Amino acid sequence: MTQFLYLYRMTDSARQEAMGTPASAQQSMQRWMTWLSELDAKGHLKDRGQPLERTGKVVRGKNAVTDGPYTEAKDLVGGFTLVEARDIDQAVELSRGCPILDGGGSVEVRPVMKMDF
Amino acid sequence: MELSEHLFRRESGRLVAALTRIFGVHNLAVAEDVVQDAFCRALEVWKVRGVPANPSAWLMAVAKNRALDVVRKARTARTFAPELARVLESEWTLAPAVDEAFASAVIHDEQLKMMFSCCHPRLSEQAQVALMLNILCGFGASEVAAAFLVGRAAAEKQISRGKKVLAGAKRLFDLGDAEFGSRLTAVRRALYLLFNEGYHSASAERAVRAELCGEAIRLTMLLLEAPAAAQPETYALAALMCLQAARLPARIDAAGDLSPLLEQDRSRWDGQLVEKGVAFLDRPASGRVVSAYHLEAAIAAAHATARSVEATDWRAIVQLYDRLMAVAPSPVVALNRAIAIAQCEGPDRGLEALLTIEDVGRLRSYPFYPAAIGELELRRGNRSAARGHFFSAAALARNPVERRFLERRAGECANE
Repeated sequence: MTQFLYLYRMTDSARQEAMGTPASAQQSMQRWMTWLSELDAKGHLKDRGQPLERTGKVVRGKNAVTDGPYTEAKDLVGGFTLVEARDIDQAVELSRGCPILDGGGSVEVRPVMKMDF
Repeated sequence: MELSEHLFRRESGRLVAALTRIFGVHNLAVAEDVVQDAFCRALEVWKVRGVPANPSAWLMAVAKNRALDVVRKARTARTFAPELARVLESEWTLAPAVDEAFASAVIHDEQLKMMFSCCHPRLSEQAQVALMLNILCGFGASEVAAAFLVGRAAAEKQISRGKKVLAGAKRLFDLGDAEFGSRLTAVRRALYLLFNEGYHSASAERAVRAELCGEAIRLTMLLLEAPAAAQPETYALAALMCLQAARLPARIDAAGDLSPLLEQDRSRWDGQLVEKGVAFLDRPASGRVVSAYHLEAAIAAAHATARSVEATDWRAIVQLYDRLMAVAPSPVVALNRAIAIAQCEGPDRGLEALLTIEDVGRLRSYPFYPAAIGELELRRGNRSAARGHFFSAAALARNPVERRFLERRAGECANE
């Protein structure tokens, strides 16, 4: 089994859109709960991960600290989850059920580098 | 942790009410933004970390913090609730004032005031209902549109116009106001319409309809908790809703087809709701005014407590319809009265009553008028006439469920 990081990406407007009405928020929440509990039930959920604030600082070079370049970024990482899968194909397959995909967001699937020594 | 049903919609109504107390009704949009923010945050955190043990408290804490931010940032530029102006000015009193607005008794009162405010006489009855659904029940414009079978743009316009009227009133309706009585009548009427929209509406979406009935009942229960509003007519309205809603589960059969009262599987009626409705109706009330709500509830009770169609006291039901015609005459009431007459005096007398309904023109597009004629012709053995009436009814059907039902009835007339 290899570990993979799911990075949830979404633009700010898509995020607002996905929120919609209270009833659609409820549906969206329900879909996330179902998806994650299925991952968990099949033994793929390594760490639920954390949500991230939308703002922060970016440090570049020696003295340059700016507020996050988030206006430039098309889609921001809103959170992450650690999963376990056989290989990248399976990790991708498992991510297809992620509700963020219905709302115009994306899941970036990144293998955690294996240490050989 | 499971998510309770309609959590976000319920919390939306409660949080907007609390925040309106702080921001003032002219800043309703600010209150709604804060709620939207809190929901966004909840979604982001909960979807990864799971739903907290007390989601309502979680949302409330986020909304409180956001409210404090908003007041601190804008207090020089904006006026918030005029009655809280002094309190919000000082850091010493700001946090306690925000806390107080979120106390459950206060939220309860604010929701009531909001309900009365939504029934402003300058708004049409339908606009009042749309506004209540939006503000108190957390329905978005598209959901309101779906409930009333109107376009989204029309629903949006109705809601935004309603909010302008609310803002223009400067503050929420005070329950001690001299106009309380007339406003209470309007509130009951709006709740009755909301319920009927769910119960009878042409919308095929079964889930939407059940939700509308559920919201009407919830708001009526809220109304009953206010001592001044808990009058005999309000109890009668609550009784009517419970007794009607009890039959909802049997109105559509297992195959998804419409099942008329006479054919319903009565074991599927909700016994608890029947009991609740009967208890509301039996409440001893001083100086009893027999309102249309009382009569409608009594009719519903006669049906809901009868074990079978045969065991139904149709004669009592006809008498109740006679009284209802005297208090609140309408062609639909007359139609139902005629059906009851047919049950106790036979199809000839029923048909006679149907054909002499005053103002029958108002039933021109109502499919169940020709359907009722068809039903009685069928009982008299006039199969081909009955068939024709069912076909005319099917042509007026407002959704596929009605059409299927009426066409099936027409088809049955052909079988010997």
